[in-house]
Amino acid sequence: MQLKLTTDGDRLTAELGGELDHHCAGELRHKIDAALLQHRCRQLVLDLRGLTFMDSSGIGLIMGRHRLLQSTGGRLTVTGASPRIAMLLRMAGMEKLPIWGNEERKTAHETNE
Amino acid sequence: MKPMNEMKLTFISRSANERFARSAVAAFVSQVDPTVEEVSDITTAVSEAVTNAIVHAYPEALGTVTLTAQIYENNRVVIKVRDRGQGIPDVKQAMEPLYTMGGGPDRAGLGFTIMESFTDRLRVHSTPGKGTVVTMEKYIARRVKGRP
Repeated sequence: MQLKLTTDGDRLTAELGGELDHHCAGELRHKIDAALLQHRCRQLVLDLRGLTFMDSSGIGLIMGRHRLLQSTGGRLTVTGASPRIAMLLRMAGMEKLPIWGNEERKTAHETNE
Repeated sequence: MKPMNEMKLTFISRSANERFARSAVAAFVSQVDPTVEEVSDITTAVSEAVTNAIVHAYPEALGTVTLTAQIYENNRVVIKVRDRGQGIPDVKQAMEPLYTMGGGPDRAGLGFTIMESFTDRLRVHSTPGKGTVVTMEKYIARRVKGRP
């Protein structure tokens, strides 16, 4: 599991790579939350482009970050979700949440047509 | 009906073995020439079942998780994930979407829902104090060699 964190003012971008499962999710959560706190970021972008696998532990991580950002008046954006990962997030009812980067929104609409 | 091939794998309930279990199953089912989608369905379902055992079966210590896979003549794959842990008091309740028994923050409670969606048949048998067996079946479509 690879994680690359970059900050740009108020925004923290977390690029994830490899397989996101329960084993990796805990450490990812700690690192992302620590970086949000350290850099006082209220915007988080989760870039999932590099993921080759994700199960419901990834759903939990994303949902948890969304709730955390919401509670601080911030915002989570998810980008780079593969069709399979987007499907998993839809199964969790997350397509209705305002977290989708532009590419995912397009994909979701295309699937609904 | 006897399986044409089968494997059995036992490992300690450490989360580092979740990926190992996925890889082992993917390697084993490759012999029936599944599509990328079919392998993804199976590895995701197995990941959910193995993670459940690792997170919930042995709250006080480590225990063993046994993964078996069988391939039958009609390309039916049967995968079992078994533990000898604390068991599930109410399986029906446990299988409701979004239901979770803890295990840390960020648990989505979607493991069984995903297993059900990605396999053709899911059975869960559990005895409190003795353990749990999750059985998943998937039919791998027969394809003419060389064609997608």
